[in-house]
Amino acid sequence: MTFQEITDTVTSQFPEHAISADTKNPQPALIVPAQGIADICRFLHEDERLYFDYLACITAIDNGATADTMELIYNLTSIPYGLDLTLKTIFPRNTAEATLPSVPTVSHIWRTADWHEREAYDLMGIAFEGHPDLRRILLPEDWEGHPLRKDYDAQERYHGIYVRYEDGPTLEPSDDPDRV
Amino acid sequence: MSERIKTGDGGIILTNAEDLMNWARLSSLWPMGFGLACCAIEMMATYAANYDLERFGIMPRPSPRQSDVMIVAGTVTFKMADRIRRLYEQMPEPRYVISMGSCSNCGGPYWEHGYHVVKGVDRIIPVDVYVPGCPPRPEALIGGFMKLQEKIRGKREAVPELFLEMEAANQPAVLS
Repeated sequence: MTFQEITDTVTSQFPEHAISADTKNPQPALIVPAQGIADICRFLHEDERLYFDYLACITAIDNGATADTMELIYNLTSIPYGLDLTLKTIFPRNTAEATLPSVPTVSHIWRTADWHEREAYDLMGIAFEGHPDLRRILLPEDWEGHPLRKDYDAQERYHGIYVRYEDGPTLEPSDDPDRV
Repeated sequence: MSERIKTGDGGIILTNAEDLMNWARLSSLWPMGFGLACCAIEMMATYAANYDLERFGIMPRPSPRQSDVMIVAGTVTFKMADRIRRLYEQMPEPRYVISMGSCSNCGGPYWEHGYHVVKGVDRIIPVDVYVPGCPPRPEALIGGFMKLQEKIRGKREAVPELFLEMEAANQPAVLS
């Protein structure tokens, strides 16, 4: 099945969603609305002509303040049919104090999405609706902010240690007489 | 000097307690067995057969309670910083720290954009010897250990400073 055929299958299945195909680049991508991602993924996973049983990767992108959007990219593979598909969803990003942008989870379809979504939440600040356990996965629990966002400012101190190099050491001078 | 054959009978070695203690300490520096990043690979190579740290009496211990020296081999993240501080506090005194490699010396390549990296392990624990390199060669780590041995050899801690002060205060006044 070619990319065009997959696009036609998905578009006819979901007339209510604005689905478009991006074929400008060597890797064609299906651009879907954020709110439809869970339904479309469920269909791609379960349809007997497609059977995308393997979620290889979830990528999150922050396009910055000028574009004011964020992206999620899902790389799917159908092992029985030998198909690959790139799903892309673009949604508005939030400013500093606003609530995080929210996208439906796909962790109930592919278990591997559980940790991928936690990573996207941890580093990019994307909230996944319906995720069973949306906690930070890499950074410590009490970390402030989402460091891979374009508008991230490093916190001044973490547990009393200065974060920035130029702020210098925080350790009190040792009372060891050998230390200068 | 006359030529004498050493028989091992009746030999006497004269020394003082400080030198003996220092000699014992510097001849059996037991590092805590842990590594944080790629520097740990070089550290393991230094322990292994080619460089054989055990010829200096250096062998890794699995517990901070049995260790004398902590080799901070690798990138110290903020998440790890609390653990390192706790492990350091669990080590019995006298305890020493070797900071191995650029990351633990000053943050290394993460000094500017590494939001997650402590910019030098000396921000959380006192460091005795810094070994530069990215990662340092095993020879450099051995050099760091020899520097630490030199430092221990010069220690004068068997005599408490308070005793020296008392001794100085009790000197009889010189009559003119």
